[in-house]
Amino acid sequence: MLWLRQVLAIAVKELLMILKDPKSRFVVIGPPLIQFVIFGYAATFDVKDVTCVVVDEDRSAESRDLLARFTGSGHFTEVARLDSLDGAAALVDAGTARLVLHVGGDFAARLRAGRPAELQIAADGRNSNVSGIALGYASTIVSAWSRQLEAARAGARTAAGLPPAPRVELVQRAWFNPSLDSRWFVVSGLPAQIALVVVMLLTSLSVAREREHGTFDQTLVAPVDSLQILIGKALPPFVLGLFDGLLLSALAVVWFGVPLTGTLAALVAVLATYALAVIGVGLFVSSLATTMQQAMLGSFMAIMPFVILSGFTTPIENMPLWLQHATLANPARYAVAGCRAVFLEGAGLGDVLRYLGPMAVMAALTLTLAGWLFRYRTR
Amino acid sequence: MSAASRRAAAGRLLGFLRKEGLQVRRDPSSIALALVMPVVLILLFGYGVSLDAENIPVAVLLEDGGAAGRDLLGRLEGSRYFEPVLVTSSAEAERLMAEHEIEALVRVGSDFESDLGGAPPAPVQLVLRGIDSNRARLVSGYLEGVVGLWSAGRAARGEPAAPPAASIAPRTWFNPSLRSTNFLVPGLVALVMTLTGALLTALVVAREWERGTMEAILVTPLRPTEFLVAKLVPYYLLGMGGMVLAVGLGVLLFGVPLRGSFLALFVMSSLFLLASLGLGLAISSTVRVQFVAAQVSILSGFLPAFFLSGLLFDLDSTPWPIRWISHLVPARYFVSASHTLFLAGDLWSVLWPDALALALMATLLIGVARRRTGARLGD
Repeated sequence: MLWLRQVLAIAVKELLMILKDPKSRFVVIGPPLIQFVIFGYAATFDVKDVTCVVVDEDRSAESRDLLARFTGSGHFTEVARLDSLDGAAALVDAGTARLVLHVGGDFAARLRAGRPAELQIAADGRNSNVSGIALGYASTIVSAWSRQLEAARAGARTAAGLPPAPRVELVQRAWFNPSLDSRWFVVSGLPAQIALVVVMLLTSLSVAREREHGTFDQTLVAPVDSLQILIGKALPPFVLGLFDGLLLSALAVVWFGVPLTGTLAALVAVLATYALAVIGVGLFVSSLATTMQQAMLGSFMAIMPFVILSGFTTPIENMPLWLQHATLANPARYAVAGCRAVFLEGAGLGDVLRYLGPMAVMAALTLTLAGWLFRYRTR
Repeated sequence: MSAASRRAAAGRLLGFLRKEGLQVRRDPSSIALALVMPVVLILLFGYGVSLDAENIPVAVLLEDGGAAGRDLLGRLEGSRYFEPVLVTSSAEAERLMAEHEIEALVRVGSDFESDLGGAPPAPVQLVLRGIDSNRARLVSGYLEGVVGLWSAGRAARGEPAAPPAASIAPRTWFNPSLRSTNFLVPGLVALVMTLTGALLTALVVAREWERGTMEAILVTPLRPTEFLVAKLVPYYLLGMGGMVLAVGLGVLLFGVPLRGSFLALFVMSSLFLLASLGLGLAISSTVRVQFVAAQVSILSGFLPAFFLSGLLFDLDSTPWPIRWISHLVPARYFVSASHTLFLAGDLWSVLWPDALALALMATLLIGVARRRTGARLGD
């Protein structure tokens, strides 16, 4: 009983230290909110208003109709219309336009003769993702247009008593995110990432700050054992990290309109287990560092790979196989997947168990290691 | 200024430069940050971040046991983008999708073969896992390509399948294979230099204040400008070292082409590094506490260099307030110049405006740092 009260006393003291210092208080609330809103808007893989130069050498009804589909789709913006390809390259070089849409002089003639006609597109490959997606949009627009043309032709063929030309059509549908809005993808993973930064910074600095300010000796001579100090130091980041995670999750729903299709209990379970695993790592860094600068650099070195190898922005499946295996030891991987499962896939507590398990194991390991190191270093 | 006082100024500057150089050399953590972090970052990003999807697991459901469906399956098996798994029912496919075993379902309906000869188009249904919307879009684009090729192949063999009336002939400049590493590594150089420029430098002056060594400098006859120059030079050298490391690894290890000239790369990186150093010095001479300086520099230097620079996320597709803010981020101009220098060459239509913007920002930020330092030293 007394043991627990002592732990609680330390935890309250640590919590007050964070909340009473305006700078630390700011770190807990300010940056997370700013980051959440800015990244929520800035981190998008959607491609809109791709700038393009139009070179229509055919100037036929067909070419005009097809090119109008591009500007009408909302994905493309025409920035220049040229008579020949001559000036087009310079516009792409300068970054004024990202695509060149070129209709050759025989476009309509080929179509009328029933021969395949091509729309030539040159894309600026400097941003490979944007050009890849823009080419995808272009291909969809042209095949839709082509289908309409074929349908009209098929009508003419039946009228002439000929069999219709056979075609294959791709009909597509996306589950979990029907409009393929990348904001859902990014924002649903964001609360876990920001909670990571907050928890990691608070834990890693808690011991280092006392060391640098010389108050650590006072804590050590207090009539408590090192386990109590450790738990007392771990509790406030846990509470604040969970608070931040849930606050940002609420913002994701209210501000960004991401649906929360799963249960709240599952979300809390994922965030709480994740916070524990991160606290273990943070305390580990903290007990190794002797100055705040070292603690900050140490947590930075841990945060970077955690975030980058978590599947938060780019898929884990694209990594080389050895690195994919390495990500199995990354708690952020499970947290991001868990949060997405709860937000978008409608996961309940039972469904997220597969993410909770590995994180719980990591939490147990890192916390034990930190505890051992802490006792070892304080002796 | 007389010759004697010029000599005295040079002597002061040299002495202080020597002190700064020694400080950097004897504090391994700054060298670690400046030279080890670039390597860590490049390896982490080079291997860990990729937007190129390959070997995507897809379920194929052939409700029509005919030869045409099996032929399409063979096409999928031959593609490097897909790893098809044959399933026997949609329930099985749904289960696999829920367990993250597959990313898409390709369903060939029971009337596929007979539809191929008929008037309504023969449908191939595609169900995507929309969680990662960017990837889902790529999968759909690749699949459209495979179906198109298959269709064209059949038409060439005289089997039922008509080539589309119109199609696109895509071509990509600068990065023909649309390899995402070629796009990511050049941007990464900006992140590496931001680390040295903004983060490390922000800690440096703040540490002098926090440790009280600033007072020792205050009583020397050193002028504010000399103080600033002496702080700039060592970190400029460290930052350029990091840049060379990052570029070298990018070219040698990840095979990213460097089509521009070294001289242009050197000039652009110098300008960007000076702007970053200016930011770091302005921060640390304003806030005198390391912890806050680190926070502010991560928030105003590192995170914008990642999210608001076009390094990973396309700025043209973000809402206008984000695009507007991004114009204040030096990394934006360097990333644009770096993409061009690596992939396109010395295109002055891109480099001039970027260089001008960077030079302006560097002057402004160093000016702010100079004013702040002047005010402090005059106190």
